[in-house]
Amino acid sequence: MIRRTAVLSLALLSVVGLDACRRKVVQAPAPVAAGNDAQRQADSLAALRAKQRADSIAAAEAAQRAAAEQGTATTELAAVLTQKVYFDYDQDVLRDDARAVLDAKVPILLANPGVSVAITGHTDERGTAEYNLALGQRRAAQVKRYLTSKGVADARLTAQSLGDSQPAVQGTDESAYQQNRRAEFQPSGGGALVRPRS
Amino acid sequence: MLLPTLRRALAALLVAAPLVAQDTTSRGVRIGLTYDPGTKPGVVLLPVSGARGDSIRAIVQRDLDLGDRVNAIVLDGSAAQEAARASGPNWPLLARLGAAAAVALTPTPSGVHLAVYNVATKQTALVKDFPSSAAPDSRAWRAALHRISDELEEAFTGVRGISSTRVAFERGRRIWVVDSDGEGAMPVSEPGTPISPAWHPNGSTIAYASYLPAGISVLDLASGRSRTLVNGPGVFISPIFTPDGGSVVYAHGVDQGVDLYIASLSGGGGRRLSVGRGSDNVSPSFSPDGRRIAFMSGRAGHPEIYTMDADGTNVDLLTPLAFGENPYRASPDWSPDGRLVAFQSMIAGNFQILTINLRDRSLKQLTSDGRNEDPSWAPDGRHLTFVSTRTGSRQLWVLDIESGRTRQLTRGAAVRLPAWSPRLGAE
Repeated sequence: MIRRTAVLSLALLSVVGLDACRRKVVQAPAPVAAGNDAQRQADSLAALRAKQRADSIAAAEAAQRAAAEQGTATTELAAVLTQKVYFDYDQDVLRDDARAVLDAKVPILLANPGVSVAITGHTDERGTAEYNLALGQRRAAQVKRYLTSKGVADARLTAQSLGDSQPAVQGTDESAYQQNRRAEFQPSGGGALVRPRS
Repeated sequence: MLLPTLRRALAALLVAAPLVAQDTTSRGVRIGLTYDPGTKPGVVLLPVSGARGDSIRAIVQRDLDLGDRVNAIVLDGSAAQEAARASGPNWPLLARLGAAAAVALTPTPSGVHLAVYNVATKQTALVKDFPSSAAPDSRAWRAALHRISDELEEAFTGVRGISSTRVAFERGRRIWVVDSDGEGAMPVSEPGTPISPAWHPNGSTIAYASYLPAGISVLDLASGRSRTLVNGPGVFISPIFTPDGGSVVYAHGVDQGVDLYIASLSGGGGRRLSVGRGSDNVSPSFSPDGRRIAFMSGRAGHPEIYTMDADGTNVDLLTPLAFGENPYRASPDWSPDGRLVAFQSMIAGNFQILTINLRDRSLKQLTSDGRNEDPSWAPDGRHLTFVSTRTGSRQLWVLDIESGRTRQLTRGAAVRLPAWSPRLGAE
């Protein structure tokens, strides 16, 4: 009796014990009085608890996977939302590559109505500071106009020029100038981003 | 303070010389005195007594030199000793140096005593006291000496000097000012994103634009405090005061291009002036009479200079429409005499400073070395300051458009967007 009590205690301990401990108990040799009812009850209880535990671990792992997938989604979608668009010299016309970049943002913005986006327009350093502020505004406004034409609510988008004050790269060659003639996107609000239903 | 007697005497002296150029008779130029460097009246600044004598003399001598209107004759050591030995003006020495006039500055307990001598007549032409209680070497002390210099220039040439002026500019995301002789450079605004400073006609306040957050502000120089005049979504650019000082004209746009607006300093927000139809219209500059505004517009597809009435009507293209690769004209500044508009134009891949004559639209290129931008006229209408990269970094330079003489005004960290002040009164 004393031994049985000890085995039962061990079994009960196992359900609250550590994973390694649980495995040790399950793998332990069958108790001496295997045919005993109390022993069977204890064994089934231990198995039930073990299964519950395994299930909860699986659930936790699934939740973790879902969260990871959600995190991945948010990261991926945010990367699309913040992808820059580029312009030709002294132009605010949206090139084909710029339209493609904006088209990729539209379904994400429509699927996440809580998200607002601050659009900033930038220029290269070649013009005057004053004209470049105007040109940057025209670029930001052009981008905003395109997005609203695709159904994104006007109130969710702001357009502001920073002119030539914040170059993406330093340099005085066309490669640097091209990288600086751009619109940037700063999403905010809405929490985790959800993928648009395809 | 004009000195007809002295000027007539100087004029007579110059007219008497056989090789003197004829009177140009253009406005502001006195009979017999021309801006030809060869005919600038020679002026000797006599040695100044007292502990600060050398400083006083150096400052005024430099002012007269930078004014480009008189020949400030430098006394070498022996001449200075000779001049100092005499109790009054040493007439033979002055005549030998080619001086038309001599200036004696005497520090007094209450300021500086000024005497001007006409060398040809050997008579005293001007006597005046300049009271000043400023501590020696302070900004106010220097300012008091600059006023003496400006009065001397007016006496000699009929046109007041520009020593009592300052230049505002942007450096390191603050508005700075520097005296016109390059001294006393200092920040006057809080850090932020201020650009495009512009002086109020009375010299007491500076308007500027900011882009983060966007708006137009007015900075009181005495207190150092700024207040926002207009702000909101979109962009606010290039403010200037109306000639009456009551309003600010600036560029603003949100979604439909950028246009020129006007806002009263007493409030009420902005009212649109230009009709750019989606194009960019920035960098306004008033004609001296306040009737017209020169500005830069992209309405023709690339930046050019236009003029319009102050109410936005009667728009004219000012610069001749250019063809070729990337024509780009910008940053107009109307000269104080109303005859010229200075601007920058893309020439062979670099910006250069030009003027266009409003009467015959003739162009004159003033720079060719490095990238040169953002011209701003001095109140005398013959000096321009602008940004140049000729020595590497962006610094302010001053050009005398009559003689072509050029000097560097700022040193140190890069600068942009200068604005020359009106003539400033006593502080």
